[in-house]
Amino acid sequence: MTAKTEIWQGTLALMILKTLDALGPLHGYGIARRIEQTSGDLLSLNYGTLYPSLLKLEQEGWIVSEWGVSENNRKAKFYKLTRSGRKQLEREAKEWNQTTAIVARFFAPLEEHS
Amino acid sequence: MRKLRALLLRLKGLFSKNDDFADELESHLQMHIDDNIRAGMSPQDARRDALMKLGGLDQTKEAYRDRATIPFLESLVQDLRFTLRQLRKNPAFTITATTMIALGIGASVAIFAFVDAALIKPLPYQNPARLLFVTESNRDIPRAAISYFDYLDWKKQNRVFDSMDVYGPRGFAIATPAGAEMVPGARTSDGFFRTLGVTPVLGRDFYQGEDLPEAPQTVILSYASWQKRFGGKPDIIGQPVTLYEVPYTIIGVLPQNFHFAPLENAEFWTTLHPALHLAGTCDARRSCHYLNGLARLKEGVSAEAALADLKRIAKDLEAQYPDSNRDQGATVAPLSEIIVGDVKPILLLLLGGVGLLLLIACINVASLLLVRSETRRRELSVRRALGATRTRLIRQFVIEGLVIVAVGTIAGLVSSYWAMQILSGLIPKDMMVGMPYLDDLGLNPRVLMFALVLAGFATALFSLSPALRLSTLDVREGMAEGARGSAGKAWTRIGSKLVILELTTAMVLLVGAGLLAKSFHRLLQVDTNFETRNLVTMRLRAPLSTYGEDPQAVALQRKLVAEIRTLPGVSSVALADTLPVNFNGNTDWIRFVGRAYGGEHNEVNQRGVSSDYFTTLQANLLRGRMFTDAEDQSKPQVVVINQTLAKKYFPGEDPVGQRFGDTQLTPKSIKEIVGIVDDIREGPLESEIWPAYYYSLNQQPDITYWVVARTSQAEQSVMPALADAIHRIDSRITVSYMTTMTARINESPTVYLRRSSTWLVGGFAAVALLLGVVGLYGVIAYSVSQRTREIGVRIALGAQRGTVYRLILKEAGVLALAGIVIGTGCAIVAASLMRKLLFGTPPWDITTLVCVAVVLGVSALLASFLPARRAASVDPISALRAE
Repeated sequence: MTAKTEIWQGTLALMILKTLDALGPLHGYGIARRIEQTSGDLLSLNYGTLYPSLLKLEQEGWIVSEWGVSENNRKAKFYKLTRSGRKQLEREAKEWNQTTAIVARFFAPLEEHS
Repeated sequence: MRKLRALLLRLKGLFSKNDDFADELESHLQMHIDDNIRAGMSPQDARRDALMKLGGLDQTKEAYRDRATIPFLESLVQDLRFTLRQLRKNPAFTITATTMIALGIGASVAIFAFVDAALIKPLPYQNPARLLFVTESNRDIPRAAISYFDYLDWKKQNRVFDSMDVYGPRGFAIATPAGAEMVPGARTSDGFFRTLGVTPVLGRDFYQGEDLPEAPQTVILSYASWQKRFGGKPDIIGQPVTLYEVPYTIIGVLPQNFHFAPLENAEFWTTLHPALHLAGTCDARRSCHYLNGLARLKEGVSAEAALADLKRIAKDLEAQYPDSNRDQGATVAPLSEIIVGDVKPILLLLLGGVGLLLLIACINVASLLLVRSETRRRELSVRRALGATRTRLIRQFVIEGLVIVAVGTIAGLVSSYWAMQILSGLIPKDMMVGMPYLDDLGLNPRVLMFALVLAGFATALFSLSPALRLSTLDVREGMAEGARGSAGKAWTRIGSKLVILELTTAMVLLVGAGLLAKSFHRLLQVDTNFETRNLVTMRLRAPLSTYGEDPQAVALQRKLVAEIRTLPGVSSVALADTLPVNFNGNTDWIRFVGRAYGGEHNEVNQRGVSSDYFTTLQANLLRGRMFTDAEDQSKPQVVVINQTLAKKYFPGEDPVGQRFGDTQLTPKSIKEIVGIVDDIREGPLESEIWPAYYYSLNQQPDITYWVVARTSQAEQSVMPALADAIHRIDSRITVSYMTTMTARINESPTVYLRRSSTWLVGGFAAVALLLGVVGLYGVIAYSVSQRTREIGVRIALGAQRGTVYRLILKEAGVLALAGIVIGTGCAIVAASLMRKLLFGTPPWDITTLVCVAVVLGVSALLASFLPARRAASVDPISALRAE
């Protein structure tokens, strides 16, 4: 159970960073919706779990936040990738690709079989 | 780096309230609701859906908060705030507990600082553990001194030392602008400092061979002397200085932290330069023992092996020089034992004493904490029931213990600083000189570490005792407020025994302090048979070169008396070779003229005094006459005897006109008794009066003596003028030990011993009394808290308040009485053991015992009054409601 969450936590952070990289400054609600959409609604995400992750990323300096106004004229807190955040994203994306590639090799013959 | 940044931010989060996130969540929900409404939901459904998707408002906030701060610390801060609030709410408990801790830790730390300075801190020498103190021994004296020639042989023949050297004290008269002054100094062999492993900070050490008679006279200064007498000038090396009319060259300055207790505060360190050419001098005789040896053991050689080797040499020397070396053995001891050996047992005893006090203090505070945890049972049960984990509750106690101990320790450290000042103040200056290692007494890292260990121990004890109690806490029982666990009863039983022990300790110490105080008071009341107030005393030494011949010496004595007498504020003045209230000794064996003599030892004190001595002291002349100034060497010798001599040797006779002399009745030793004076106390205040006779300094002159001046105004105001007047007569006369007679008596060993032990035991007694009383309070209060329901029932059944008071006071009274009775027995035994310290007071002194018992009884009554009042004001309805 805990092991799963940890992996999930790491992946969530990566998703957040990637989302911010792709869409530019965005508020928490927007990020949540985007992740949901991108996953093709395969992921059932509790929006609330996003916020501790955002805070962690901010504490580590990958992202910064600022109050602004949303497209619908609502006051909202916008998150933005920092330079070091972008580098971190590149690093993590690379690692991710490597990991998935390795894991994929293990699963490749199995896939054929079924 | 990033982790650290995140950690710091989270730490910061501990102390800031985060309203920002509430706003963010609100905006999140609003946007979601907006979207949902646009998608066609009703406002209520839209909100419900948004909240569901979020996963709960509170859960989100909590998850966010866990990340914003550090959850463990967060609850820790909560507990800390709660503890502080609790302690503030209950100031009586807080003050009592912290005071206990402060007292215990303060006393322990203060004593430990002394132990550290004397026993733990290494001596300022290289590898001090390998240094030995080496001397000869003989049949009567286990540690006799060593003679110069024996030293040379030992040094040459031993196979166990890397090096061996000798040292001895030596005073020097030096000229200062204010006249000559006596300065403590030392004479050592050439390698003394190399053996110690000390190098001068300035200049050089003695060369090898610089201690021989033909070597030039050189001197190394102590750091303090360099600063004080030579202004700390760096160009001092090579400068001349005249010591005792002999020119020396300054060649070095010792390090600031250097000290060598056996030579006290020696300022001028010179070499031996034995006067071998003068046949009669001590240096030239193998039988004259006056040096102390210092040696560094070879690597791998034990002290026992060294002793065996020295004994071998001593035996050889005995065979070789039977005249001088018969029965001369050898002795060795670690140097540290010579330096701190005297104070070691006292310090360890004191450390044990304060350790005991600290333990009692901690037990008391633990018992107070138990009382509190008892009154908090309900609160704890409710918290347990609401889901607080046991760890969390125990942590609460740990934090409470920590806070109390922290405050107590800080207060204790502050008070230990004062305690150190007071304790070193109890040591007279003369003794302090012999304990230079106490100079840097203070709160150094080692002492602070010790305080920290004590604090850790106390915290552990305090957090453990309520926590153990907690483990027996049954939630349902606790909430019903009716239960009395068996642990409670057990504690009351153990606690009562501890309290009796505490009260017994207090009783013993109080009686000890009382008896010592009474002895001290009695001692100061001893009649000295002369007026001790308004007397200034000082020691003079005139240069031998000018006053070596008797006529010159007599002329100087007369001149001194005549000049000083005319000073304003001085009413009379006299000289004496020995001061009164000092010691019995300096004796003469006498034989009376015209009586049968069977060789018996008629040993009497002999004192040389000037003609005005008795009038200056205001001693009573009982018969005959005093000396006249005209009686000098041209007249037949006359003496004045004291009353004890008259009573002992002339019972029923008139001694005036009788004569005595030495055991051979040599003609020039014959003296005639001209008067009888009241028994002036020559020895210490506590000792017997010995027979004594006084002779005239005019008839046997000297160049060193004491001046005794009677002043008509405050002694201190006359002192500078006295020294000036003496230096006007001859600036080369040294003046030392200038003080008043009352100060001399107060600083004398007998008085000092009783004064300091009175204060020490008194201090311990006060703390023990306080601890005993608080302990009693703790146990009674605990018992009351345990018996609340029973008392409620009694009151409900018609018991009067007075009856309840009696019930509780009786419980306390039994404990106090037990403490007093056992304490009295122990106190009498303890006092008998220290009978030597008592004076004019029996160990079973009834007034002291009664006074102490009353003090203890009243204190115990006061301590139990508070819980008794609480018991008497128990509301029967609320006490029984839980049933």
